[in-house]
Amino acid sequence: MGLSVKRIVFFTLVTAYLFYTSFVYTEGTITEYPITGDAIEGRQLFRDKNCIACHQLYGLGGYMGPDLTNVMSIKGEVYVRAFLENGTQKMPDFSLEEKEVKNLIAYLTYVDSTSLYPTRNFELTWYGTVNSNPIKK
Amino acid sequence: MKIRIGRLFIITGISSLSLALLFGVLAAVQFIFPDFIPEIAFYKARPLHVSLAVSWIFSIGIGAVYNYLEEKEIIRFQFAGFIHWIIYVVTGIFIIVSYLKGTFGGREYWEFPPVLSIPILISWLFFGLVFFSSVIKIKNWPVYLWMWSTGIVIFFVTFLEANSWIFDYFSNSVVRELTIQWKSYGSLVGSWNMLVYGAGLYVMEKISGEDSYAKSGIAFVLYFVGLTNLFFNWAHHIYAVPASPWIGNIAYVISMTELFIIGRIIWKWKGTLTTAQKFHHKHPYLFLLASDIWVFLNLALAILISVPAINVYTHGTHVTVAHAMGSTIGINSMILVAFILHHFSWRKSWWIIIPYWIINISLLCFWIALIGSGILKGVAVVEGTSSFQEIMISIEPILKFFMYSGAFLALGFLILLFHLLFEFLQDFPENIFGKTE
Repeated sequence: MGLSVKRIVFFTLVTAYLFYTSFVYTEGTITEYPITGDAIEGRQLFRDKNCIACHQLYGLGGYMGPDLTNVMSIKGEVYVRAFLENGTQKMPDFSLEEKEVKNLIAYLTYVDSTSLYPTRNFELTWYGTVNSNPIKK
Repeated sequence: MKIRIGRLFIITGISSLSLALLFGVLAAVQFIFPDFIPEIAFYKARPLHVSLAVSWIFSIGIGAVYNYLEEKEIIRFQFAGFIHWIIYVVTGIFIIVSYLKGTFGGREYWEFPPVLSIPILISWLFFGLVFFSSVIKIKNWPVYLWMWSTGIVIFFVTFLEANSWIFDYFSNSVVRELTIQWKSYGSLVGSWNMLVYGAGLYVMEKISGEDSYAKSGIAFVLYFVGLTNLFFNWAHHIYAVPASPWIGNIAYVISMTELFIIGRIIWKWKGTLTTAQKFHHKHPYLFLLASDIWVFLNLALAILISVPAINVYTHGTHVTVAHAMGSTIGINSMILVAFILHHFSWRKSWWIIIPYWIINISLLCFWIALIGSGILKGVAVVEGTSSFQEIMISIEPILKFFMYSGAFLALGFLILLFHLLFEFLQDFPENIFGKTE
């Protein structure tokens, strides 16, 4: 393979990557649900306590605890609050203040509003893709 | 006095892996017994394990590049390389302390406060300066120089991207935040693979005494397939995230190009066995052969979980962990150990052969346990008839098997690493700082 061929292939791939990246940064990830209010504080707390080491959002994260994407709509605020305020055998009690609990609940409510996870009620196609229609609330 | 920077990074890598194994065993035990050593709870033990394991891969990958420059006596700005190492180690210590203190940035895999990304980026600039100024005059680059160049540049770009979340534009939606986070991680893993696979090719060239492969057409075809996957194949991690379907579709199509690599492995299998017979007495080759087998197994797994119809069951389960652990231990670590063994011309020793078998057999058990528990969990989650607690109780026996095989895996590596360190220290400090007059 000559040097010019290598260069052409290399720069073609890099150019395609740059276009693809700009798509991912903009139209590829447009959302109708930007984060607002207390949820922003809750997101910061979610990071500070490293919740993602044990929990998942959209199946991404640690496996010690459950996925939290739709925990608010499935389990409800009372259930979530009990865990946040007391911890469990597996989850440390972080001694959170009432305001912090409220912010975390706001963040989880925000995440819950973005879509559904895990994917259920789907159809598989012969070429290996999944047809599903998650209902956004 | 000429400091061997490559060897400084190799010692750093061996130390990182030793600690990563200890924290990995701790995290695995805590997965079953959460109260075990509560001062370093799971949410601290896991990032300690992961960051130190990543440090092992990068340290030896970087060490291999410096070693090449030093061996060929073409290294320039050597002092900049030494500064690179100093910043790397000091930042690493700050990261470990921040985890132990419970101070997090809260991003999976890079869980340290983002301010510590600044020295990492600065140190990488020194690395780039040394590397590119040293190799710029070489004509007709072998493929491993292309790979190392790509790895160095892409790491810098994707590490910047991984930190983009500090700007509101990238984090004001969880969809964009997760998508870009995993875009950067996918490419970042590709960047360290470029460093590691480049080191593997360089070792193979030296063992065989044959340099034609590294300049051959097929070597470059495989490099470009790897580069294409580095750029576009990351999205199989985020099929479940409600970003544009195009992102997932592109990843699905691109991931199938890996079939070409797996097909080639099968096609060349007989030749590999012949070469194995020829070089079986050489320890580095044993580890390279093991990495070939793990490439086959993990590539097959990666292709399977890139199919959305399978991914819908395996995403968010231990199958993903099997993919990650199988690749970092089975492929990356085997190549890196081969590089270390080759570099120092270790004597034939049972202290290498015995851990070799412990590592590979326990890794196979570890890998199968993760896949088994992942499949059971994935099916149960999609069916939606059991709670999280019920699912975890049902797979606990397999997770215990995973824990025990992980402990044996760590034992195998620790025996090997302590042997390497012991041998290395016999010639210290001359083997790093040169002979004093």
